[in-house]
Amino acid sequence: MPDTRIIALLLLLALPCSTLAQDAQQRGLEIAQAAKAYDRGFTDFTANMTMTLKNRSGDTSTRLIRIRTLEVEGDGDKSLSIFDEPADVKGTAMLTYTHGLEPDDQWLYLPALKRVKRISSRNKSGPFMGSTFAFEDLGSQEVEKYTYNYLRDEPCGEWTCHVLERFPAYEHSGYTRQVVWLDSKAYRLVKVEFYDRKKALLKTLTASGFAQYLGHYWRPGSMYMENHQTGKSTLLEWTDYQFKTGLTERDFSSQKLKSLQ
Amino acid sequence: MRRLVICLSLLLGAGDCLAEFSGNVAVEAVTFPEEAQFEDQFDENVTLSFEPRWEGDWNDGDDQWSVELFMRADNKDAQREHADIRELLWLHFDGDNEWRVGINTMFWGVTESQHLVDVINQTDAVESIDGEEKLGQPMIHLKRYQDWGVLDFLLLPGFRERTFHAKEGRLRADPVVDTDQAEYESSAGQQHVDYAFRFSQTYQDLDLGLSWFDGTSRDPLFLTGSDANGDVVLIPFYEQMTQIGIDAQLFYLDWTWRLELIHRRSSSAIRDAFIYGFEYTFFGVLDSSSDIGAIVEYSYDNRPEEQRGVFDRDVFVGARFALNDAQSTEVLTGLLVDIEKYSRNFRVEASRRVGDSWKATLEVQVFSNVALDDPLRALANDNYLLLEMAYYF
Repeated sequence: MPDTRIIALLLLLALPCSTLAQDAQQRGLEIAQAAKAYDRGFTDFTANMTMTLKNRSGDTSTRLIRIRTLEVEGDGDKSLSIFDEPADVKGTAMLTYTHGLEPDDQWLYLPALKRVKRISSRNKSGPFMGSTFAFEDLGSQEVEKYTYNYLRDEPCGEWTCHVLERFPAYEHSGYTRQVVWLDSKAYRLVKVEFYDRKKALLKTLTASGFAQYLGHYWRPGSMYMENHQTGKSTLLEWTDYQFKTGLTERDFSSQKLKSLQ
Repeated sequence: MRRLVICLSLLLGAGDCLAEFSGNVAVEAVTFPEEAQFEDQFDENVTLSFEPRWEGDWNDGDDQWSVELFMRADNKDAQREHADIRELLWLHFDGDNEWRVGINTMFWGVTESQHLVDVINQTDAVESIDGEEKLGQPMIHLKRYQDWGVLDFLLLPGFRERTFHAKEGRLRADPVVDTDQAEYESSAGQQHVDYAFRFSQTYQDLDLGLSWFDGTSRDPLFLTGSDANGDVVLIPFYEQMTQIGIDAQLFYLDWTWRLELIHRRSSSAIRDAFIYGFEYTFFGVLDSSSDIGAIVEYSYDNRPEEQRGVFDRDVFVGARFALNDAQSTEVLTGLLVDIEKYSRNFRVEASRRVGDSWKATLEVQVFSNVALDDPLRALANDNYLLLEMAYYF
């Protein structure tokens, strides 16, 4: 008899708890969906990216990369990176078809060999060009890539941010968890904390200098990724954003990689 | 056309069309630790190469042009001192068609250790032992995009002879190849016009290519003759051939499976050959950001022994290390073993960026257990260590 009472009491206590948890998951998912919906319809954009790598002792090296991205309805975006610097990789181009839970498709054009190579891209946790950005940090943000958990709202600079946890649902992620700060007005991704496979804080991404394009779409002017474990950091500075430039599927064909300039 | 003329006239000055100048200058030092097999061969050498490239576009990018030259200065190997137009190209985009007219390089294939399907460009064999350096090929090339695949039609006027090392050079054939006496099966000689066609398509995790070539074989046979001094020499003989090729690449989990298969008909032989193998990638080894790929490839050639080249029936076991660091450090190493003669070729190629503009490359080749009757015998004492420092601009 006392046993059933205790169980009943425990049930009473647990019930609102699990409903709360479900609410937090639902709210997290809704915010992620709203963020994706806000950015929908950008069609395509091009931009220039300067990537400055800094190691623990403060040595820097710079990469210049031109980016072209095509929005794909119902799947991850298609994206092209064309390298202008360092000089030894000038003309190298990387084409990525990002997908939600499936591994991305990826091709590399190597100008020294004049050869397009399709490369295995299952490992999303590998570093992009020796930087502190992993491939998975730069891919398009598809809702189904994560499960979510809403934490709280709090001020972030001049805005108010939704703070969410998200957990990678795709295989081979380098993270167990990310904590994301999204502003509540336009869903600008202000900050992300990345926790590694051992659940320790690995990296922090901070985005700033947001500008609005076509009167709607927001993009950051700079993204700073610091690795707390290695002391390395990478600064991405974005310039010359252009939207709806008329890029088509054909421009993202692997066979086009050879004729990019 | 007028714009093109204006563009060309602007090449020497500044203008819209003159978009980019880039390239590299490199110093290469090579040492052969073993005593030379043949008289007059050198033991060490330092050479200089220069590879400039210009490119630009007009008509809002619907037309592009590019010029790429290659030059090597070599004091000891007269045949390796050479220059080549790697590219001299006009590229025109017209909806689903791409036209390329001029001199260009086109690579076909997927395998790592050797290449079978790739027959458009001649090998610049004095430049590298792996056959991956190519001479520019004159061509009219139409690439057509269809929803069901990409079609390439090539018309190839003008034949390029393979380059061979001089008598004094290391890595030369025995007897030495006399390119001045090259002979052709076709009475048109170097003027024979070749044709090629390729269909390629990606089906999710499968890449497939089907190709056809009709014309002068890039791989010469060798006749024995004598040069002006009465010395015995090998004379390249270029046959006519027809080749059907298949290349396929399948991605499955961390595996990449690769296949190249050819059926080649010429007067001397019907050749069926294939290379088949896989690469398995270990990502983020030991919690680092390094990847290691294990590569195994098997090759087969149906021709009788006396017609086969080196490593036509062999196994390649190799590994690729990519450190994924800021200096893009990469190492490719492998052992090629002839499964009938047991001749071995071990190789290491490593490269790393130094500063922002330099790249260092190290290459080691070791030939061992070379059978006396193996055509590889001429290279038996030519193990080498090569270091290249290249400045990119």
